[in-house]
Amino acid sequence: MKHSLNPVPAQVFRISLAAPDDFEGWRDAARHMIRASIAADRIVWESPSDQTVDLFAQGERNLPSAPADTLQPRASRDFLQLAQSVMLHSDIERFSLMYRTLCRLQSRPRLMEDKADPDVRRMEDLARQVRRDIHKMRAFVRFRAVDESGSEHYVAWFEPEHHILRANAGFFVRRFTTMRWSILTPRGTLHWDGDRLQEGPPATRADAPSGDPVEALWRSYYASIFNPARLKVGAMLKEMPRKYWKNLPEAALIPELIAGAQAREAQMVKAGGQDFGDRPQSLNAIGEGILACRRCDIGCNGTRAVMGEGPQSAALMIVGEQPGDVEEEQGRPFVGPAGQLLRAHLESAGIADRRAYVTNAVKHFKFTPQGKRRLHQNPSAREIDVCRWWLDGERALVRPRIVLALGASAARSLLGKTVSVQKARGVPHVLDDGSELWITTHPSYLLRLQDQGRAEEETKFASGLRKVSVRLSEMSQ
Amino acid sequence: MSQLTVLERLEILADAAKYDASCASSGTEKRNSKGGKGVGSTEGMGICHAYAPDGRCISLLKILLTNHCVFDCHYCINRKSSNVRRARFSPQEVVDLTLSFYRRNYIEGLFLSSGIVKSSSHTMEQLIEVARILREEHDFRGYIHLKTIPEADPELVARAGLYADRVSINVELPTVAGLTRLAPDKSAPQIEGAMGSLNEAIVEAKDARKRFRHAPKFAPAGQSTQMIVGADAATDADIVGRASTLYDRFRLRRVYYSAFSPIPDASAVLPLKRPPLMREHRLYQSDWLMRFYGYAPHEVQQAAGNDGMLPLDIDPKLAWALRFRGDFPVDVNRAPRERLLRVPGLGVKAVNALVAARRQRRLRLADVGKLTVSLTKVRPFIITEDWRPVLLTDRADLRRLVTPTARGTQLELFA
Repeated sequence: MKHSLNPVPAQVFRISLAAPDDFEGWRDAARHMIRASIAADRIVWESPSDQTVDLFAQGERNLPSAPADTLQPRASRDFLQLAQSVMLHSDIERFSLMYRTLCRLQSRPRLMEDKADPDVRRMEDLARQVRRDIHKMRAFVRFRAVDESGSEHYVAWFEPEHHILRANAGFFVRRFTTMRWSILTPRGTLHWDGDRLQEGPPATRADAPSGDPVEALWRSYYASIFNPARLKVGAMLKEMPRKYWKNLPEAALIPELIAGAQAREAQMVKAGGQDFGDRPQSLNAIGEGILACRRCDIGCNGTRAVMGEGPQSAALMIVGEQPGDVEEEQGRPFVGPAGQLLRAHLESAGIADRRAYVTNAVKHFKFTPQGKRRLHQNPSAREIDVCRWWLDGERALVRPRIVLALGASAARSLLGKTVSVQKARGVPHVLDDGSELWITTHPSYLLRLQDQGRAEEETKFASGLRKVSVRLSEMSQ
Repeated sequence: MSQLTVLERLEILADAAKYDASCASSGTEKRNSKGGKGVGSTEGMGICHAYAPDGRCISLLKILLTNHCVFDCHYCINRKSSNVRRARFSPQEVVDLTLSFYRRNYIEGLFLSSGIVKSSSHTMEQLIEVARILREEHDFRGYIHLKTIPEADPELVARAGLYADRVSINVELPTVAGLTRLAPDKSAPQIEGAMGSLNEAIVEAKDARKRFRHAPKFAPAGQSTQMIVGADAATDADIVGRASTLYDRFRLRRVYYSAFSPIPDASAVLPLKRPPLMREHRLYQSDWLMRFYGYAPHEVQQAAGNDGMLPLDIDPKLAWALRFRGDFPVDVNRAPRERLLRVPGLGVKAVNALVAARRQRRLRLADVGKLTVSLTKVRPFIITEDWRPVLLTDRADLRRLVTPTARGTQLELFA
């Protein structure tokens, strides 16, 4: 039969630690109490910041003597490591939890490996919270520079949740060795003068400086690096809970950033790629579509859109820049002076223009009025890119084997990038549908040249067309 | 043109930089400012000093030196044909900003990138100059990530690694066709060539450090890359395949995925529908499976559906398990670690804890419950001392039972 329980109420002992993070003190006392075989529930632990409210728990301050022949209690390395973190927690129960676990460790040396054990789990939980607090302090301390007789003193106000200040000092010393800094907290203060670390009494927020001009830059950085199109408030709150916000200069912006996000995203989507819907199934549908298209500024200038012309079975598609004055009036492509010049050259290159489908990169006429005249203006890259939707539609329906681009705008519309016509001409480029792209100058460019220059360019133009003609006959064989 | 203030330029150049997903400051050598003239330390784990409402970590001052650019990549806000406001910083201005942010403990260091001005080599020289001033003139020991320009002189690219902790080159798009269409000025062979030579330099420097203690360090945090998801036709299976090739060939530390997101003044050539943010998340999860859970790339691809896309409503690990039910249930008390890692709902930490705990005693379902978030998700796939999922693994509606309810769709409310 086992010994019956002692009828006399068991003596309770009271142990006072020098500081809430006095691990050495706790370890010495715990060792002693284990050797004296005192169970965990007979010890009341306290420290300057861990005062029990239990008035009856007076407890004996003189610790019992331990028999001389008992062995030193043993603690595994993982217990010690974990306990040093748990010690920094603000939960007053941590001392007895650690002591109870240490007692159990004496008969189960590998207890710490049993991660599902309630005591081990509780210790792991507390240690995790402490580690997180340490990490968050490293992340969220914000120094403010104070100019003191020519040298800068960096001062921060921070409110840690646990007793981590001393344990965290090394990090700030290592990182900011050459600076003079102070970290003020309600639990104590740290001061580093570039050489020595000093501890001071608890401080209040009023002891810390109230601002720093650099914070304006930081706040604007914070607001600018945020992408309103990917709002994920939950993910932010998980890592930067509200309790930290009051000491973060950038956090004041969060509500307005969130509030404005959807409007900003909608704005971006509106300004960006536009939804044209499904691809038109016929050239007629494209012809109707472009008449109503208002997706760029040219489309909105009140002119008539000009649709491409030619057989849908054409092997050659010729793409110009945009309709000119005459084309816009007549509603047909290449009927002005440039068109006449083109036709003449096609004739002499042996490409009857009846066989080609002719169209433009941009469907509306962009101009600036000058008196009664309408002066041609180059379309912008964006306008070309927007209108590419229609040209892509025509290409998908006509499916030419060769596309001839006249000028840089047409080339951009087909390649998606701006190229130098002079460098890109004379050789075939393969397009994504397998067709061949040839690039040459726009005939209106030839019209603007004089004498010698015109003659040279026209020769090059003609030779370009001849090459296309040769390729066409090669392909049709 | 009136001169813009530092604040205005910071706004423009930070706004221009935010489409780079990476803000990591981890994985470099340990160092501190003791015995030095400047500030800075790196202690392995990076620190996120703030989080933006997009849930992304702000660890580094992430800016462009300039957003002027001679390239015309359609997905990029800084492309030549875009109408954004342009600005530039001098190298010294970036240095001053970095230091004044660092001293106030706002950041871990600098992530510097740039639009291409004048020439690729000129731009690269400017980026390196910033890093050089920080390291040599200010003895800055914090983290530096330099975006490298593949078209620049290889010698310059190699110099970047002497000052930077991490160097990166963006592959931009998972397919060559996508790159040709959306980044017509870039070339895939050139990008891969530059990644290859960076890798050689990193390996060489590591090797030299083994033999000579004072051999120069070269990008101790390695190289990473980023690709845009959802701007071209690549499927998830394509992307996973591409990423794993990149990991193998260039020993990358990370491949970042960036779901193509609307940008101000977007090009008309871009697709109109943005991919769900969840797709990016699933790709990161599949990346994790390959890096930490021992899945081969083709196994991750098996988790994708017939269309090559990973399911959005469940994670790829669960998707794989549902496909290969024959591999389950796994006995928690007996199975090797690799098999436990395949159980949906068990993370690396939980598996380690289970393996340690089962040396002590036979584990019961309640023990597993203490170490995981959701027992419901795990239960159909495991055997414990007191539990055996007799029919569960074969049930036709298993997927519904373990699918988190409507979470995927809720996230998309904001999309």
